[in-house]
Amino acid sequence: MTGSVRADGVLAGRLQPEEYARNFADVHPPLSKHEAFVESERCYFCHDAPCQTACPTSIDIPLFIRQIAAGNDLGAAETILNANILGGMCARVCPTETLCEEACVREAAEGKPVKIGLLQRHATDRLMEKGEQIFKRAASTGKKIAVIGGGPAGLSCAHKLAEHGHSVTLYDAKEKLGGLNEFGIAAYKSTHNFAQREVDFILSIGGIEVKSNHALGKNIDIATLRKSYDAVFIGTGLAGVNKLGLAGEDTIAGVIDAVAYIAALRQAKDLSTLKIGRHVVVIGGGMTAIDIAVQSKKLGAEHVTVVYRRGQDDMKASAYEQELAQTNGVILRTFAQPASIQSENGVLQSVTFDETEVSNGRLIATGQQFTLQADMLFTAIGQIFVPNGLSGADAIALEQGRIKVDAERRTSVKGIWAGGDCIAGGQDLTVAAVEDGKQAALSIHRALSA
Amino acid sequence: MADLRTNFLGIKSPNPFWLASAPPTDREVNVTRAFKAGWGGVVWKTLGDGDPIVNVSGPRYGAWHGPDRRLMGLNNIELITDRPLDVNLREIKQVKKDWPDRAVVVSLMVPCEEQNWKAILKAVEETECDGVELNFGCPHGMSERGMGSAVGQVPEYIEMVARWCKAHTRMPVIVKLTPNITDIRFPARAAKKGGADAVSLINTISSIMAVDLDQMSPWPVIDGQGSHGGYCGPAVKPIALNMVAEIARDAETRGLPISAIGGVTTWKDAAEFIALGAGTVQVCTAAMTYGFKIVEEMISGLSRFMDEKGYQTIEDFRGLAVPKVTDWQYLNLNYVVKASIDQDLCISCGRCHQVCEDTSHQAITNQVDGKRKFVVKDEECVGCNLCAVVCPVEDCITMVPQQTGTDPRTGFDYGRPYANWTTHPNNPASKAAE
Repeated sequence: MTGSVRADGVLAGRLQPEEYARNFADVHPPLSKHEAFVESERCYFCHDAPCQTACPTSIDIPLFIRQIAAGNDLGAAETILNANILGGMCARVCPTETLCEEACVREAAEGKPVKIGLLQRHATDRLMEKGEQIFKRAASTGKKIAVIGGGPAGLSCAHKLAEHGHSVTLYDAKEKLGGLNEFGIAAYKSTHNFAQREVDFILSIGGIEVKSNHALGKNIDIATLRKSYDAVFIGTGLAGVNKLGLAGEDTIAGVIDAVAYIAALRQAKDLSTLKIGRHVVVIGGGMTAIDIAVQSKKLGAEHVTVVYRRGQDDMKASAYEQELAQTNGVILRTFAQPASIQSENGVLQSVTFDETEVSNGRLIATGQQFTLQADMLFTAIGQIFVPNGLSGADAIALEQGRIKVDAERRTSVKGIWAGGDCIAGGQDLTVAAVEDGKQAALSIHRALSA
Repeated sequence: MADLRTNFLGIKSPNPFWLASAPPTDREVNVTRAFKAGWGGVVWKTLGDGDPIVNVSGPRYGAWHGPDRRLMGLNNIELITDRPLDVNLREIKQVKKDWPDRAVVVSLMVPCEEQNWKAILKAVEETECDGVELNFGCPHGMSERGMGSAVGQVPEYIEMVARWCKAHTRMPVIVKLTPNITDIRFPARAAKKGGADAVSLINTISSIMAVDLDQMSPWPVIDGQGSHGGYCGPAVKPIALNMVAEIARDAETRGLPISAIGGVTTWKDAAEFIALGAGTVQVCTAAMTYGFKIVEEMISGLSRFMDEKGYQTIEDFRGLAVPKVTDWQYLNLNYVVKASIDQDLCISCGRCHQVCEDTSHQAITNQVDGKRKFVVKDEECVGCNLCAVVCPVEDCITMVPQQTGTDPRTGFDYGRPYANWTTHPNNPASKAAE
């Protein structure tokens, strides 16, 4: 049946078609030409610009903004994409408020940084619209490289290698490339199938053979790839999720892994077919928690509460993302951790939480509890690296559960590089993954040219 | 409350803000709107004789924009009034009758023949307007026909026509000067010699605003071609200030009344021209950019400035800056300033460092103790002011006069007595005692 926001249970079609369309439209509409001009002229063209230093991919931000101001949008896009081939997606998903825009001197001057992210989108959109190929491949080196994982790290690595004249085979476990860009980030940040358009743009350089539905540990393995290729790059991301460790979490209907639900949402042709609860509880404090909470609201859930075990300042989601959730009607409850899940006839009814506090630097339960009515419970307490298919090689060293790499993104095994969320010590950001892929590609190129 | 009234050649106006001879003063309807808005006077758009001139029906204006499309400079190729002389004269008469307390001066441009000037002066006198302004400035179109700046560029012509006009009218005669010359003092001296009561300046500057790179033609493009026009607006103000000052301090023209024109946009611009000796100011581009209402800001700002400084009338501060305008050779070479960066106001954009490093004296750090920090190195700073002018934050970088101690750059003590180039030992023509 077609429900409404007030109907109990887990239902599809809570909203009218135009409401879905409005809710899932671009969260930050692109700048108009006029807005881009006005904004670009705010840039001071700083010396050794703090924004550029703050960018993990070191995009020459003052230069590309000056190019926009001078009416050279395509030149601006070239500046961006030379440093960050996924500059279009990064313009949409980067937490600019904690990167370039936080560093902008106009943040210090007026509390109003130059809108670097939106200007970056303006420039890259113009180039994508034009469909101009700005990269020219170097003469073929005859070298073959396997890139495993078609997310931001793998795409970035593959593109840079192709640019240097290498032949790349890009493996991905899924049918579609893009990784989290395609399956993970919130729908309202990447509208109009942008992730796939960007993939097409990246692949259009040539020299990259795509093999989808190839997963490490299933139909490919490192040992074989090492023999067939001159180098291997692993950018498989985080395939697993953390569990709450509560009774019933795997069996009770209505307890759902947020990552899987977002992937389904991103692939849904018709959002009204997605079932969502009236009372939704989200456990977690990162971007996934915020994304699932906001999207639950946008799918018509009446009450959405994010519960996090520590305080707002400790949440991995930025203050800006927290505010986005709050302005979308999501309630944030902090200092509480799940104690038990209640169900009737196998169907979720409520979730009980222990209140927490920090005592002597440690998080402890206070002994107080509260219970939230819930017909849907999303778990979003972190993703984990699953080292499938790595065993065939000489053991690749891990560190804190992820692949250990050096500054050039070389693993402990000669001939194997890695980057993106699967490596240790990363920031779990798209832009950081792009930088990993780029640096690994440059390192591979150096190694193979030696 | 300050008294803004002016008496310029006996022409009285409630404030010094006149609209310059230009499109805003071409017709009764505009001038009436201007007077209602509070303007002190107008110089009616230039009248000619014979059949009315014809303007292009393509673009007449081009502009140079600053950030956010702020109009910094305007260029036009409009000619003198294209309406019949009798219509203009009738409207001028009516306006002066309706607004007796406002200044109504009429701009004129006719061929360089005495009878032409005599005839039009007689016709204009009958309007009972307050005076005439001889348009020797217009640099486009009319100059090709031997009028406008073609006259203004030849001091002998200026003197001749001014003399004719003084001979043939009782009205005050103002000569409007073109800046399209090498030394403004020569045309000003000629106007004075011819008996002109005053000069007004500057008229517009010959200019091509831009080149349309698609059509490969000057912009604005008129059916595939373009022509140079007259440049005005905020961008030309520094040029106008200098020319006004040169006339104000020239031995031969000192004291010659000046109606100043050139980029006046706010009260402050007007006050600066008055400080350099102008009796009234004329405004055009600012009105053409924002409309007539801007005069309210000008009146309010000038009044408050005068109240603050204790100037009761315009005459109290008119010309006060003139004695301070001097030649380079008389500047005090022993006066030393050093840039100083207010670290609390600094937003760390680093532009001061960048420009000093690349284009000047490498006198500003970019790091101190490994941290991003911009500090002036007195031992390198020549006090040039470049850092201060490129700094985006007001008052963040100031040039501090040095009074005591020794300049680490030159080794000379600060506070040495005034000494200029004329007595400097490096000057081959030095008049210093042997």
